[in-house]
Amino acid sequence: MTTDILFDLKGVKKSFTRGKETIKIFDGLDMQIKQGDFLAIMGPSGSGKTTLLNMLGGVDQPSSGEVWFDGARIDSLSEGQLSKWRANNIGFIFQFYNLMPMLNAARNVELPLLLTNLSAKQRKQSVETALQLVELADRAAHLPKELSGGQQQRVAIARAIVSDPKLLLCDEPTGDLDRHTADEILEMLQLLNEKFGKTIVMVTHDPSAASYAKRTLHLDKGEFVEKDLAA
Amino acid sequence: MGSIFSQISAVVAMNIRSLGQRFWMSLAMVIASAVVVAILLAFLAMAQGFSKTLESAGADDIAIFTREGSAAELNSVISRDQVNILETAPGVVKDENGPVVSPELYVIVDGIKKSSQTEANIPLRGLDDRGFAMRKNVQITEGRMFTPGTNEMIVGAGILREFDGFALGQEVKFGKVIWKVVGVFTTGGNVFESELWADVKVLQSLYNRGSSYQTARVQMSSANDLEAIRAFVEGDPRLNLDVETESAYFKAQGKSLSYMAYFGWVISSIMALGALAGALNTMYTSVAERAKEIATLRAIGFSSLSAFVGTIVEALVLAAIGGALGSIVAFLLFDGLNASTLGGSFTQVVFAFELTSDLFIQGGIIALFIGFFAGFFPAFRAARLPVIVAFRNAA
Repeated sequence: MTTDILFDLKGVKKSFTRGKETIKIFDGLDMQIKQGDFLAIMGPSGSGKTTLLNMLGGVDQPSSGEVWFDGARIDSLSEGQLSKWRANNIGFIFQFYNLMPMLNAARNVELPLLLTNLSAKQRKQSVETALQLVELADRAAHLPKELSGGQQQRVAIARAIVSDPKLLLCDEPTGDLDRHTADEILEMLQLLNEKFGKTIVMVTHDPSAASYAKRTLHLDKGEFVEKDLAA
Repeated sequence: MGSIFSQISAVVAMNIRSLGQRFWMSLAMVIASAVVVAILLAFLAMAQGFSKTLESAGADDIAIFTREGSAAELNSVISRDQVNILETAPGVVKDENGPVVSPELYVIVDGIKKSSQTEANIPLRGLDDRGFAMRKNVQITEGRMFTPGTNEMIVGAGILREFDGFALGQEVKFGKVIWKVVGVFTTGGNVFESELWADVKVLQSLYNRGSSYQTARVQMSSANDLEAIRAFVEGDPRLNLDVETESAYFKAQGKSLSYMAYFGWVISSIMALGALAGALNTMYTSVAERAKEIATLRAIGFSSLSAFVGTIVEALVLAAIGGALGSIVAFLLFDGLNASTLGGSFTQVVFAFELTSDLFIQGGIIALFIGFFAGFFPAFRAARLPVIVAFRNAA
């Protein structure tokens, strides 16, 4: 079943055990994210925004509650099933880019395509297209260490979009960049959202970064403290 | 979903290409593996060389007689009468001079080892022309054959190589008797090269053996004649003798150093455990250093199997490089190395270490054993690494 609701979280609870202490992050969180949304999640450290992003990305599981993605429940999938689900649906963009230092830009971008059935020629074509989109076609053969922070993050974006996922999850994507470069990256994300219809969820501390999103949710102690203004 | 093989090959390639970032740790594992393999190969090459030296001496169509239960030539006695009876046994080849039988004496003399300048036992064998001719590949390389009835002797090439005082033309004193070295012989590298040969009748006289011998060798028309000869010996109560083919006799003698191979495996296995500890450390460090990369790949959708196999292969590659290095070192240091040690008759056997392809395979096996176990547990950790590590805020 396909609906315009991409993510639907129902009564999600999440807690951690640290020693004898149980720390509750979420205690019955409900939220929905529509297809084509560009959502910024803000909040102080420890508010649960990264945990939420991890649960949306299928790298962390709720203690209880339900997580639905595009009409299918994902919180009960096995680790192997989640790997496949992530490969098919999610593109990750990390604060520190997380590029493979021994691979050049093109090889880094190609990684998600190794999980598909595309031929080497088709993979090369897709990599070129993705690198052109982030305006780094001329840097395809460069290693990450030969690129600036902004260029590395653009390679990471190319890697995130190369297999054409529905959703991009961004964890402080501009946290390691100067203002000017951060704006370039955010404009690129905005372009991917508006022109290519990618749904984007971005965790950030930076209100200026959040201003590029269509809407912003503020988390504090596991709850949304301000109502979604755009909803 | 793409092939698991493309995932695995990509991860393996990444791991191998990043080895340079962990150069010293990787090198430590390579060296540990190399040392284990080199030491194993040294022991195996020693056992192999010794065994081959003895086993290659024996012929299938020569029967050797020793006194019943004596096991080795040194403590055997055979009388002239017994030799005369043996000459009538079925299957014994005859030529124009009669039955081809070589009654021999085997006594021990002292020699000084070149390597340690210590005394060691050398066999002095008494034989005649027939006995000389019965040895496979026998050849006088320098000088000439001893003259029957004189105190002349010829020395095996191994003795010349490993012991002082046996050069051609030199006089050698054993007890009160002075011998002259008149020739050097080879027998294709086998155990006979670790002997001195002289006329059997002179030896009988000088060592007060009367007309007795210690062993007799008989040329059979084929190895199949052995059973008939054995039946002949068992049927005659005067012949309280054991008989077997010369090759079987030396094969049994060669076993006396087979413990060296077992010893080599024991030593190497203990060392391999030590190497394994170091290698485990290397691989755990590798996984720890690549934790973010592994987690990132897993976040992208790579399987945990690819992380597992990638780590195992990295360990196998390092251990295999070490194994190859150890094999090369062992080959350069030990292959063909001459040594002498105590053989079955309390005498020195001169032999050369020998590395064969079979031994290199055994070296490879222990290297891969180290690699597999060094990689297995860290690979397990890599496969179970939480994907969430990819999101940790560390550069």
